Amino acid sequence: MLKVVHYINQFFANIGGEEMAHVPAEVREGIVGPGLAFQQAFGEEAEIVATIICGDSYFNENLEEAKQTIINMVKKYSPDLFIAGPAFNAGRYGVACGTIAMAVRDELNIPVLSGMYRENPGADMFKNSIYVVSTKNSAAGMRDAVKKMAPLALKLAKGEKVGASAEEGYMPNGKRVNFFEKERGSRRAVNMLIKKLNGKEFETEFPMPDFDRVDPNPAVKDITKAKIALVTSGGIVPKGNPDHIESSSASKYGKYDIDGIMDLTEADFATAHGGYDPVYANLDPDRVLPVDVLREFEKEGKIGSIHRYFYTTVGNGTAVKNSKAFAEEFAKELLADGVDAVILTST
Amino acid sequence: MKLELGSIFIKDIQFAAESKVENETLYVNKEEVRQIILEDQNFKSADVELAKPGESIRIMPVKDVIEPRVKVQGPGGIFPGMVNKVETVGSGKTNVLKGAAVVTTGKIVGFQEGIIDMTGPGAEYTPFSQLNNLVLVCEPIDGLKQHEHEKALRFAGYKVAIYLGELARNLTPDVVETFETPSIIEGFKMYPELPRVAYVLMLQSQGLMHDTYVYGVDAKQSLTTMIYPTELMDGAIVSGNCVSACDKNTTYHHLNNPVIHDLFAEHGKTLNFVGVIITNENVYLADKERSSNWSAKLAEFLGVDGVIISQEGFGNPDTDLIMNCKKIEAKGIKTVIITDEYAGRDGSSQSLADADASADAVVTGGNANEVIELPPMDKIVGYADVADIIAGGFDGSLHADGSITAELQVITGATNEMGFNKLSAR
Repeated sequence: MLKVVHYINQFFANIGGEEMAHVPAEVREGIVGPGLAFQQAFGEEAEIVATIICGDSYFNENLEEAKQTIINMVKKYSPDLFIAGPAFNAGRYGVACGTIAMAVRDELNIPVLSGMYRENPGADMFKNSIYVVSTKNSAAGMRDAVKKMAPLALKLAKGEKVGASAEEGYMPNGKRVNFFEKERGSRRAVNMLIKKLNGKEFETEFPMPDFDRVDPNPAVKDITKAKIALVTSGGIVPKGNPDHIESSSASKYGKYDIDGIMDLTEADFATAHGGYDPVYANLDPDRVLPVDVLREFEKEGKIGSIHRYFYTTVGNGTAVKNSKAFAEEFAKELLADGVDAVILTST
Repeated sequence: MKLELGSIFIKDIQFAAESKVENETLYVNKEEVRQIILEDQNFKSADVELAKPGESIRIMPVKDVIEPRVKVQGPGGIFPGMVNKVETVGSGKTNVLKGAAVVTTGKIVGFQEGIIDMTGPGAEYTPFSQLNNLVLVCEPIDGLKQHEHEKALRFAGYKVAIYLGELARNLTPDVVETFETPSIIEGFKMYPELPRVAYVLMLQSQGLMHDTYVYGVDAKQSLTTMIYPTELMDGAIVSGNCVSACDKNTTYHHLNNPVIHDLFAEHGKTLNFVGVIITNENVYLADKERSSNWSAKLAEFLGVDGVIISQEGFGNPDTDLIMNCKKIEAKGIKTVIITDEYAGRDGSSQSLADADASADAVVTGGNANEVIELPPMDKIVGYADVADIIAGGFDGSLHADGSITAELQVITGATNEMGFNKLSAR
């Protein structure tokens, strides 16, 4: 029977959420948490011999040490395959899964597999290096994820030929692989054209190279005369989040008045962001949206003025499409209001 | 223009004293076929072989594949301007020996012909493994120039196909399909609410045996023009190509153009199939600009909402493909392009030689560089020794036991850019 070692974070091991993200790596014999679903899918073909659990913060903050510890843990079991995750849309978990899977593959020379939502930052970082199965954006998609990951896992463990991304469910990894479609190419072309003509969504079989490059504007001629606006994806909002901007996958942005406000304080502002530790941002929201410093600059004549409103949203699992739509809308307002330059802050 | 296309199904092919079709079997008098080939003094000898689906046969090097057809009713004959007179074809009735084909072989340019395996993994990639093939093995006279050899072999193929097609003249087809293209105005009145669609068919015309003929005219000497879809079904466009096997459009592909058939299937339902724009793939920049300007202009002139663009060949023609796509999209007409890929043996290189953001709807026939293993066959029709030099083969492709390791490129029709096959890539 094939042996599998499974890597999960503190949340999926039922240790706790963000507040327990500091727990160091530990190994437990057999199945923990989502491993059960994998084990059921593997049946008699493979066995999860051990589960390694590590807090997301611990992993990312003690990178080298954590990597070495975990590699040693994996090595002990001499498995045929290493599975990390699935991490869905959890950014740090995704990055940890990708990092450790790649390290295990490189150090121990065994096949590895992870699963993530396509907008998880870990996906872009690792999809070209290891097989990353495309999952839904939350743990509610576990069944679907296991259904795709388990067959690919077995193929990898057995050293069988892996098919095209469209067949196997992994994210396109820059390596084109042939496979047979259900319909011939001309029929697929006709179907695609009908969709395109009717304004329906269609999927090209070969995406052109990414053309989304933004050339920087020329430098501001005289910054001492410039009207500057603040825009952030760090989720800073008036306390109480009056417009209910979502903590993840934001569908909206807010526009708030800072006329006369010299300093953002804990009393009046906070972050709505659900993807990072909010403690320091809430203690002093200027850390994310630097109103205090800009007011000083304004007073000293280093800049012309600060725009009366700031724009804010939550950049946590938020679709690029949404972000683009937000900016397209408020960029027009900024222009209409005579803003010369924008400082964009992220987290 | 209206054509009734009658199919007579062929399930077997055999040599016999008399050429005829009986009980779904095509009987061929070998000697008569040899004599047709040898009418051309450029051949010193000719042989004819059979290759049926499932047989352990490898045909190589393959030049062209041609389907036997006959004009039963209406003006003109099959292959107008080539074999028959330059009459406008595409209307009336045509009979087809469906399931049979003439395959021409010969060492013309050596590396620009392909392989058809009748069984095994290679057979899955070529549609011609499913046909009952009459294979012409023709030996040119000594000192015959390559382009003369190409021409002689091309005509041998047409003539034998017409000879076989004649056998279907008085037969009752098993299936009759009717294809009709109304005039622009009639079509608009019939389907005022449906999106209007044209097909932009790119013809290989890089020259020097990379040629396609339209009513006998070398496509590289023609401006972009228009043609009724049914004209192709009567052989108005034929292949004269010696190019990489996987994405050359054989005469069989032109006769059975899958984009035309699939657009007809939707005609009057989800779209209004207006007609076919044919354009070339010349090598000079000025020609590329002119031809693609004309494709875009004709699409605009026809007032279409969308087009499907199909390609032939790769590399240099990628620029024609992207120019056509870009310029037609710039007219506000939506496009889908059909191409194939050369992404390297590991699939990680850039697939096309040109790209543009407006090409956002692409159908791919697969990565032609992917390496395949072709097991030995019991019988080779043609010459096995070219395996090392045909496009897609490499030094050491041909192994001692007769098996071949080569890129998919070597298989005739494997990554066809008219979308003839199910192969794709991601």
